[in-house]
Amino acid sequence: MTVMEQRGAYRPTPPPAWQPRTDPAPLLPDAEPYRVLGTGAADKVDPELLRRLYAELVRGRRYNTQATALTKQGRLAVYPSSTGQEACEIAAALALEERDWLFPSYRDTLAVVARGLAPASALTLLRGDWHTGYDPREHHIAPLSTPLATQLPHAVGLAHAARLKGDGVVALAMVGDGGTSEGDFHEALNFAAVWQAPVVFLVQNNGFAISVPLAKQTAAPSLAHKAVGYGMPGRLVDGNDAAAMHEVLSEAVARAREGGGPTLVEAVTYRMEAHTNADDATRYRQDTDVDAWRDHDPILLMERELTERGLLDDDLKRQAADDAEAMAADLREHMNQEPVLDPMDLFTHVYAEQTSQLREQAAQLRAELEVASEEEVASGEAEEETR
Amino acid sequence: MSTVAAKPVTKSATKPATMAQALGRALRDSMAEDPSVHVLGEDVGALGGVFRVTDGLAAEFGEDRCTDTPLAEAGILGTAVGMAMYGLRPVVEMQFDAFAYPAFEQLISHVARMRNRTRGAMPLPITVRVPYGGGIGGVEHHSDSSEAYYIATPGLHVVTPATVSDAYGLLRASIASDDPVVFLEPKRLYWSKADWNPDAPQTVEPIGRAVVRRPGRSATLITYGPSVPVCLEAAEAARAEGWDLEVVDLRSLVPFDDETVAASVWRTGRAVVVHESGGFGGPGGEIAARVTERCFHHLEAPVLRVAGFDIPYPPPMLEKHHLPGVDRILDAVARLQWEADS
Ligand SMILES: Cc1ncc(C[n+]2csc(CCOP(=O)(O)OP(=O)(O)O)c2C)c(N)n1
Repeated sequence: MTVMEQRGAYRPTPPPAWQPRTDPAPLLPDAEPYRVLGTGAADKVDPELLRRLYAELVRGRRYNTQATALTKQGRLAVYPSSTGQEACEIAAALALEERDWLFPSYRDTLAVVARGLAPASALTLLRGDWHTGYDPREHHIAPLSTPLATQLPHAVGLAHAARLKGDGVVALAMVGDGGTSEGDFHEALNFAAVWQAPVVFLVQNNGFAISVPLAKQTAAPSLAHKAVGYGMPGRLVDGNDAAAMHEVLSEAVARAREGGGPTLVEAVTYRMEAHTNADDATRYRQDTDVDAWRDHDPILLMERELTERGLLDDDLKRQAADDAEAMAADLREHMNQEPVLDPMDLFTHVYAEQTSQLREQAAQLRAELEVASEEEVASGEAEEETR
Repeated sequence: MSTVAAKPVTKSATKPATMAQALGRALRDSMAEDPSVHVLGEDVGALGGVFRVTDGLAAEFGEDRCTDTPLAEAGILGTAVGMAMYGLRPVVEMQFDAFAYPAFEQLISHVARMRNRTRGAMPLPITVRVPYGGGIGGVEHHSDSSEAYYIATPGLHVVTPATVSDAYGLLRASIASDDPVVFLEPKRLYWSKADWNPDAPQTVEPIGRAVVRRPGRSATLITYGPSVPVCLEAAEAARAEGWDLEVVDLRSLVPFDDETVAASVWRTGRAVVVHESGGFGGPGGEIAARVTERCFHHLEAPVLRVAGFDIPYPPPMLEKHHLPGVDRILDAVARLQWEADS
């Protein structure tokens, strides 16, 4: 007799009917990116909001072109442009209240500026004078994060702490399509959903991670779909439609504030420039693709809508252009000044109190600097004499 | 440890080549010779890597052999472990020093100890290429010297070339090694050039041999990677002060070539270790201790260290104050005139 025969009529009992913990249907994103502009849905949007978004887009574009120009003049070491992605950047900033927190990635200088930070302060990281040129606590803006997706768990932790405190503060964290492949992205989403943290994740899907296209990054139907597996809603939005972006992010922020938990928003957009000014995009993409997106430019979409509804008057146009020019002039002026740096700062902010080891090294550098400046003076005097 | 057989001499046409080109050629030759060699990483395909080291490999060998991965360092190295378990020889590219950190879990918990935990049944021939170090004006997280983390992890070889021809030879040897190798590429030497003949035999030493780059009699500068050219420059400058400095290029931190280093210090009686990563807990401490253990009775002065400061890597506009340069090395050399009572 075999073991099976011995066991006779044994049949494993089926597991009790399995129930998903959450109905996935309401969590699923739309099949198509959600749009407002040009769909008739914009009729419901406050005309003043549309006009404001327009002005902010114009200002944002100017910021991008100015910063790019500064790299060409050698005033800025590197700039990852968000040209074409301004609607996402602006909407991210405008969806938040002052008390809320923004967790930007290295491409999101514009969101930081749209939040109200002085245009030049947002650029220290990229210019190279200091890593973060502002006080995160003062502005409720985390440092621009260069390691990808690593800021996402921070946003969840801050939101979680805010929820424990019960103060209604929300965190919005930004990441690129490539960044969604990192482990930190997945861990952050999972924590956020389990803790029902008041956090909004904004993925700017601009088609590329440096040279790698989305198809090599994910096989999911959309990045927004990734939300469902963690138990949070995913929203798929046209990232060049500032009104749609504003609506979806504002809703997600409101939901988070009311205790509804996290949302993952995928903004479908396009990176019009190369990865940074140092990158050669011709190695991995065709100009024709870029041209196709030109017709779907965020400013163009907004202009069409405003014109159709008779909201784009000369006043608004001129005022937006003037504002943008003033901002660019201010940025140029600040960036054309040589930053005044004190090498001794190297040791100032490593610990609350300098270690003996750093005091020793600071003394060494101070002595070196003194020798160098004495030599400079001496060579200056020598030059004088030879004249 | 393995040695790569020198290729037969065909014709000898030396041309200037950059270190990046020599590294690319080493990958190409390894892939051509051994179909189990696979390259994977972020942007290694169409773009050829952000430093263009993998340029042309995807076109020549196809995307299955030179693969643009999803953007996930732990995933890149973790899948490389599985590939190696199944008989392939993965060469992974980490885009920058600080972006290798997500992969530390895989490196430390699995890559470094697989041979040991399986009693030798499962060696992992993986090469992890990491561009490292500063001096290129990179923004935050693009300039770390992470070698101390790697050398503190038993089970890994850690090598770093300083010349064009070593870049080729050491990378060939690393890929051929049956043990995991962390291959540290000094970023600021990527564009350094030398006359080099890719068709002539390369001097490929087994991993673990240091080399005397410049003979001298009055003191030894022990260094590696990006600091080698700086030390050679310092040695030239020191001649004016009457110092005849020997420069030892370690090339490999693990294994460490005690013989070459000790033989040099026996001759000179004085030593300075130079590297740009922080001094506290850095490789220099280990090296100084080893030199002291082996050469105590030959030493005329304590072994000194010239290292980067013990600070997070500074913003580019301040990095020149952090990186050990010629002057700081010469200061240390002057301090070698050590008197017991001083
Ligand atoms: C952990 C980590 N790995 C690699 C890099 C190098 N890197 C910088 S940007 C980038 C591509 C990012 O693509 P994506 O997330 O789509 O954002 P985008 O640049 O398109 O805004 C890579 C690979 C990094 N910054 N951090």
